[in-house]
Amino acid sequence: MWKFFHQLASPPHFYRLAATLMPWLAVPALLLIAYGTYAGLFLASPDYQQGDAFRIIYVHVPSAYLSMMAYMFMAISGAIGLIWRLKLAHAVGAAAAPLGAAFTFLALVTGSIWGRPMWGTWWEWGDPRLTSELILLFLYFGYMALRSSIDDTAKADKACAVLALVGVVNVVVVHYSVEWWSSLHQGQTLMKKGGPGMDADMLYPLLAMILGFTFLFGALLARRIRTEVLYRERRTRWVREMILSPEGGR
Amino acid sequence: MAVPSPEQPRILVGLVAMVRRDLLLAWKRPGDVLNPLFFFAMVCTLFPLAVGPSAEQLTVSGPGVLWVAALLSTLLSLNSLFMSDHEDGSLDQLLVSPQPLPVLALSKTLAHWLTSGLPLVLISPLLAMTYRMSTDIVGVLMLTLLLGTVCLSLLGSIGAALTVGLHRGTALLSLLILPLAMPVLLLGANTVSLAAGGEPYATGIWALAGYAVAALSLAPYATAAALRISNE
Amino acid sequence: MTAKLSANDLTLIRGESCLFQGLSFALNAGELLLLEGQNGSGKTSLMRAIAGMLSLESGEVLWNDVPVSQQRQEFHGSLVWLAHRTGLKGDLTLVENLRFEGALRPQSDVDPSEVFKRLGISKLKSLPLRSMSAGQQRRVALARMLLSDAPLWLVDEPFTNLDQEGRELVMRLTDEHLAAGGMCVMAAHQDVDINATVTRVSL
Repeated sequence: MWKFFHQLASPPHFYRLAATLMPWLAVPALLLIAYGTYAGLFLASPDYQQGDAFRIIYVHVPSAYLSMMAYMFMAISGAIGLIWRLKLAHAVGAAAAPLGAAFTFLALVTGSIWGRPMWGTWWEWGDPRLTSELILLFLYFGYMALRSSIDDTAKADKACAVLALVGVVNVVVVHYSVEWWSSLHQGQTLMKKGGPGMDADMLYPLLAMILGFTFLFGALLARRIRTEVLYRERRTRWVREMILSPEGGR
Repeated sequence: MAVPSPEQPRILVGLVAMVRRDLLLAWKRPGDVLNPLFFFAMVCTLFPLAVGPSAEQLTVSGPGVLWVAALLSTLLSLNSLFMSDHEDGSLDQLLVSPQPLPVLALSKTLAHWLTSGLPLVLISPLLAMTYRMSTDIVGVLMLTLLLGTVCLSLLGSIGAALTVGLHRGTALLSLLILPLAMPVLLLGANTVSLAAGGEPYATGIWALAGYAVAALSLAPYATAAALRISNE
Repeated sequence: MTAKLSANDLTLIRGESCLFQGLSFALNAGELLLLEGQNGSGKTSLMRAIAGMLSLESGEVLWNDVPVSQQRQEFHGSLVWLAHRTGLKGDLTLVENLRFEGALRPQSDVDPSEVFKRLGISKLKSLPLRSMSAGQQRRVALARMLLSDAPLWLVDEPFTNLDQEGRELVMRLTDEHLAAGGMCVMAAHQDVDINATVTRVSL
């Protein structure tokens, strides 16, 4: 058990582990998203109120969910990095930030497209979830801006970890305060009391998409972590040896 | 457990000395205190000029404008919170002092609030009058600003500590702090609007007070950690 | 109880470069640790590392055989640091500056006016530091060091901005501090003339 954790903290091992995990994350992601897309677009019956417009939830809900998850993930890896002085944890946080920002952006765009037929406008300030997503996007921008303005990687890592931890507390406050502020409220339809309030042919594609997006996030993250680790360890012997070896880093 | 520690009174001495020193510095450089106040007043003047002087529009937008102006003016003054201490090396001396760093960070934030937040609360009625706010609404405005500026100073001290010594500090500070400060703005401005509309507004006050208490107990630790990181 | 400052196997990496590796030393009461090296060789970084302001790649600094990281406040209470930048406020007067420092750190019971007289700054007491020369500001920083009760002095280039007489004064003051059982870590380009056990660290 301890050996496993010890190995996890070693960059070459982590680099190879991420490579090994890649296909195990990418293939399920592809399958689940393919099923979710097909079932969501063709099998699910149109909503009795929203017609076909609701189908955008198959992208919107997973993106919104991952935008939060990625921030949590960043904060947790930051905390691990600060507490156990684990440089790899910081590398994971650094790799996750642009992905999180991308999913947040996707959630905003799809939310806005969804809003067009619902509210008759591309942007509705009254919607608490869109407003929270926008603030979350700004939080990601702040995190990435701070990282890029500090030259020393070790220092940038720690400063960003503190910022992510402060931010994660704030995300909760943002959520509740925006909720309070908003009068227009699109009730949560996914998890109602006494089970999901959606029909099965609508729900299963959505669950498949959420799971598929999560796997996709994992696969992209593994890819980015490999680049990040390689960049950070560029002066070390193992990187040089690996690149000069016949396999060339594969 | 209840061994009286000889360190306790020293901490209080350090806290008082820190606040005293920063107030003394502010007294010797009144511009640092006055400029953000003038800025606050000027932003409040810009809005009627931009959107027109009609009475009902001013009444509706007043709370929001005053609150945005307060937020921006606090942001302006936050930039200098640790900057001069960093430049002349006294921040290094604070970092190697036997006083607990969170207490020193809290004292500096307290001094910042006394020289930026509190004056802002005190001149806000003057500007609120120009926005045709009635006396009891002005009371609510001052209460929300009182609680809100405490939150903003504390949140801002974290950002100022993270960006101290960076070349592009000013713009970066705004980018870090504004999203964090949005809930405070939202609670503050909307509470005043609710009060102005004759609706119950106690929830907003309690939420702001809760935020202030939470920030008061957590922010000094984050600021202290950020100061150590920035000064490595 | 005799105080002791020691370090084992210190390694510091800043950005791309390794400033020092596997550095160890031990310093007992009455001894001087002299850090030698050219500009940019890491003297100041080592001093900051000793003060606990930098996170080290490996190794630990020990105060009385206990890691500094476990007793930061106690350790900081036993040291005073004369850094390259004085850390004094230009807008405040000498007395205002030292009063603030006095509230932060344990003070010795020497008479401040004696210290001021010895450093030749008694007439500057109510002058803001901004209006003093660099050498005079340096002397105020020295006064802060003499007024503190700390056994461990960290002095970074103490001779900067001082005239010949001032340099000799610094050496005499260090001598006296060491003779009284204090200890000193000093970074300097020039050689020092001090009658104590001197350990040299070349960077």
